[in-house]
Amino acid sequence: MVAAYFLPFWQILMWAPQYPEWLSMQIWLTKITGDVDIINGLNHYIGMKEIDAAMFPEFAIMPWILGGLIVFGVISAVVGRRYMVLIFLLLLLGAGIAGLVDFYLWGYDYGHNLDPHAAIKVPGMAYQPPLIGTKELLNFIAYSAPDWGGWLLAISGMMVILVLIREYWFMKKRTLQ
Amino acid sequence: MKISKLFNAGLIVTVGLLALSGCKPKAPGSVDTGDAASKVYVAPGKYDEFYNIVSGGFNGQMSVVGLPSGRVFKIVPVFSVHPENGYGFSEESKAMLNTSHGFVPWDDLHHIALSVTNGEHDGRWAFGNANNTPRVARVDLTTFETTEILEIPNSAGNHSSPFITANSEYIVASSRFSVPIGDDKSRDVPISTYKENFKGTVSFIRADKEGEMNIAFQLVTPGVNFDLARAGKQKSHGWFFFSTYNTEQAHTLLEVNASQKDKDFIMAVNWKKAEEYIKAGKGKVTKAKYVHNTLDHKSGIAKSTMVDEVIQLNIKDFPDIAYFIPCPKSPHGTDVDPTGEYIVGSGKLAAVIPVFSFTKMLKAIESKDYEGTYDGMPVLKYESVLKGEVVKPGLGPLHTEFDGKGYAYTSMFVSSEVVKWDIEKLEVVDRAPTYYSVGHLMVPGGPTTKPHGKYLVAYNKITKDRYLPTGPELAHSAQLYDISGEKIKLLLDFPTIGEPHYAEALPASLIKDKQVKFYPLEENTHPYATKSPEASKIERKGKEVHVYMTSIRSHFGPDNIEGIKLGDEVYFHVTNLEQDWDVPHGFAVKGANTAETLIMPGATQTLKWVPDRVGVFPFYCTDFCSALHQEMQGYIRVSPASSNVSLIYSLGK
Repeated sequence: MVAAYFLPFWQILMWAPQYPEWLSMQIWLTKITGDVDIINGLNHYIGMKEIDAAMFPEFAIMPWILGGLIVFGVISAVVGRRYMVLIFLLLLLGAGIAGLVDFYLWGYDYGHNLDPHAAIKVPGMAYQPPLIGTKELLNFIAYSAPDWGGWLLAISGMMVILVLIREYWFMKKRTLQ
Repeated sequence: MKISKLFNAGLIVTVGLLALSGCKPKAPGSVDTGDAASKVYVAPGKYDEFYNIVSGGFNGQMSVVGLPSGRVFKIVPVFSVHPENGYGFSEESKAMLNTSHGFVPWDDLHHIALSVTNGEHDGRWAFGNANNTPRVARVDLTTFETTEILEIPNSAGNHSSPFITANSEYIVASSRFSVPIGDDKSRDVPISTYKENFKGTVSFIRADKEGEMNIAFQLVTPGVNFDLARAGKQKSHGWFFFSTYNTEQAHTLLEVNASQKDKDFIMAVNWKKAEEYIKAGKGKVTKAKYVHNTLDHKSGIAKSTMVDEVIQLNIKDFPDIAYFIPCPKSPHGTDVDPTGEYIVGSGKLAAVIPVFSFTKMLKAIESKDYEGTYDGMPVLKYESVLKGEVVKPGLGPLHTEFDGKGYAYTSMFVSSEVVKWDIEKLEVVDRAPTYYSVGHLMVPGGPTTKPHGKYLVAYNKITKDRYLPTGPELAHSAQLYDISGEKIKLLLDFPTIGEPHYAEALPASLIKDKQVKFYPLEENTHPYATKSPEASKIERKGKEVHVYMTSIRSHFGPDNIEGIKLGDEVYFHVTNLEQDWDVPHGFAVKGANTAETLIMPGATQTLKWVPDRVGVFPFYCTDFCSALHQEMQGYIRVSPASSNVSLIYSLGK
């Protein structure tokens, strides 16, 4: 989980005929990297807001949330009690879901809240990026998925689940004996 | 313990799956080109089927390309100097680039119009427009030389040009930028008074006689941006259609402010009607200042004439000349199908392609079926003129060409594709990707009443990964497609010269056998022509020294010259005495601040040289003319201003 501080946890990729090399954007705990300027340049035609770090107040709190989770994880490991691990898992899942909801809400606003004076207005068209997976947006194919950091977090959660399952399994086994 | 192993295995599989799903999806790939190679292969010694005359965009030239091979045969300098043959540097050609602003050595050539008779290619001329300093040029298709350039007064940004009427009666030149026109006082106004003071102009240039281009009349219009145009043909002959944008009349941040209205206009002009008004003396003669440059074929000398007036008709005062047809979102191309019945508007920001009917337009005009007015002029009702819309054609429609078999092909800039659709049914029948971001497209004969069909070329704006990279600037790429079948088939990628916009292509058979091979020496009327080595001489007129020089394989006559003094201006008038095809001679002299000249057989060209120091300077032939080309050289001696070396010249002594 500590590694997530040093790796992007989400990625958005965009393909269009004139971008055969793909445009990409990586979301980190505290910043956004990749072809953000190019993507902003393209999106201004359809009236989308400019993406920059200031757009995401989340960047200010996310390191603390993750830090809190890590600290809790360490404590639960030290304490070694099953209920602590369960709480830890629920916290992890809660944070994950909250993150996704937050991301969805941002995507909705980003894709729907368009400048009414935009040069290109396609009636009925919104440009909400996919939450996860692939979506066709005008001439672009947009793809959204966790990046390395996100996968590591997911794996961490998975390991907590495994720990819990094994714990319960062994308990059951012992009970059977 | 077994179970825990199972869990571990499960974990590994899960991670593996996650990693796999983490890969980006596969992008749509390149199309399979099958037996394309054999279709574009022109065997050694064989000819291409079409001449493709391609605008050079920001290089100010035209290039001549063979189809289907994509090979470049020639660069024709039009609005830009061309040191490789002395165009714009030689004394003869300099006048060709004169304007009312003085000598302008560059321009931006966007569109080609080939001459037509009865709406079909006749292979006489190619016309091109200068976008920046408004001009139109004529290129002779028997010599591939620029023979005439006419400046356009009261115009700025001559983009909507040089589209041509069905019998080459007129080519048009309309202003992309509206500007204040008139006398000094009415031109010096605040930019913010655009709506009141800025005007567009549409010039109808009489073009059917070489050397006699003139503005027959100029329409004055509200201040909008004219983008592209097409003449009517067959049943719509006598009309002209102009796409407009910025009917919002914005003067700043146009990318936003000129994109606000749902519809701009296609302006339909009844030019036969305008002709009648002119004939009836209704035109207003106004003062103007523009230059007409012509090339005299016999002497090879270009001359400039200043013209000082133009006849104008303000379309507001003649309500039956122009009608506005609403067209979605900043239309770019406005293209007329081979029958002349359908007018296709390509709103570059629109989600549909509207197709208008000429018959319905006439009816709407007759029954005054208006939906409003624009600057006091009638705007026809969209639905009343519309045949129908092509829905979901793609993104960013720009231009449409026709194959003569009932299909139209539209370029889609944003979605990078060419879309084939049925003109009658308005249904998309096929689409093919382009690499990348296609601008203009071209079908041989596409804008005529008899398209030659067979091929389609897409001229792209973005090249990216199509060729070996060459630093930040890449060759603009074109793609050749086979459109003879039901499906569009990609045949070839080829790099182009400059930045092509529009192009036209005509069958090689129309002009191949009409090519001028050399200029007959006996017809050369250049005042400094030297028709035999014996006639060579040198004349001094004060500080001017005129060298009457000949070149023939493999020597210059004279080749030794002395008696030039510092402060002299030396004019080398070189006549190429060859009377055979493909034997030009070049001439270059050390330290010349101009360029070389390249002299065609039978022609005379003049290079001006102002020596800046004392010494002996070599001159030589720059075009590898024979086995002894390297021997084709000479010396010229320059002495101090005060010296008394007498003027002598010799050959072989």
